[in-house]
Amino acid sequence: MTKALPAPSIDPSDAAAAAARFGAGAPADVRYAVLDTPAGRVVAAATTRGLVRLAYEDWNDGVDRIVEALAGSLSPRILEQPAALDAVARELDEYFAGRRRAFDLRLDWSLCTPFARRVLGAAQRIPYGQVATYGEVAERAGSPGGSRAAGNALGSNPMPIVVPCHRVVRAGGALGGYTGGVERKELLLGLEHAAIAP
Amino acid sequence: MTPPPFQRFLDEQREPVWRFLVASVGREHADDCFQETFLAALRAYPRLRDAENLRGWALTIAHRKALDHHRARARRPVPVDEVPEPPAGHHDVGDALDEQVAWARVRSLPPRQRAVLTLRFAGDFTHAQAAAALGCSEEASRQAQRDGLKTLRHTMEDD
Repeated sequence: MTKALPAPSIDPSDAAAAAARFGAGAPADVRYAVLDTPAGRVVAAATTRGLVRLAYEDWNDGVDRIVEALAGSLSPRILEQPAALDAVARELDEYFAGRRRAFDLRLDWSLCTPFARRVLGAAQRIPYGQVATYGEVAERAGSPGGSRAAGNALGSNPMPIVVPCHRVVRAGGALGGYTGGVERKELLLGLEHAAIAP
Repeated sequence: MTPPPFQRFLDEQREPVWRFLVASVGREHADDCFQETFLAALRAYPRLRDAENLRGWALTIAHRKALDHHRARARRPVPVDEVPEPPAGHHDVGDALDEQVAWARVRSLPPRQRAVLTLRFAGDFTHAQAAAALGCSEEASRQAQRDGLKTLRHTMEDD
């Protein structure tokens, strides 16, 4: 015998199937899914409290980096569990089909500072298909004159699309920036305008 | 060093853990032990201090679950693993069968010999790592390996 005892040969698909069975039901702290939308691929992540992150894949250095960041900021017990994000996927589909104007998802604001949460709350109150300026949103968030700080808070929105920071634009009529690129802001606003056009 | 996202840990360790469990408890019980292994790992994960050797950590947990499995079986009045019979005239599957027969025989060795051979040859542990997992000395691990392989050779030659 050259080797005293050969390691047992296995079928890698058996290991993959066992891992899938584990992943589907395991009590993770954070569950995520990779979703394809008309605005590009996003990573959606939820805790037991609700949706905590919606990240544009290309704008955040890819799925691995997004998942690593969530592991670091929330919990390393993070697993891919698409079934846990079914409601998010469904509501996004409806939104992009022009059939949904408001999201009914529970949200977990863990990744937001109190100030950011106030600013994003003000953005949430802008009706579908309409826009407000950074200054208006700052004022509604209780920080008149704080449009720059409000812009930063909107730029770090952990749940874009669902929390509609794309409805906040510059006072002069320019679109301003967007966490995902200004083309996406244009796409989302265009979709909403088209959906409400008579 | 903080541990990687658990999903990555699962992706990277599923095959080593599966191979180890197929060896130590057999294919038909591997899935139960696999589920218990990763559930225990998930529970302990936030408290994990040393993320350097995640494979060793995962296999040490798998080893404990295999031990639980063997203890539970020893308490129940069920026959020990049955050695698969080689089908006549199928030479192409000979190697795979030899291997299955060998591991089935490993599973009926005394607990420490069984554990050392499994950790060493299915888990690729050093004697130091095997000794740490078993709570014995390295010399005891070496001795158990020698005894186990000797028994194995005798039983194989008896065929």
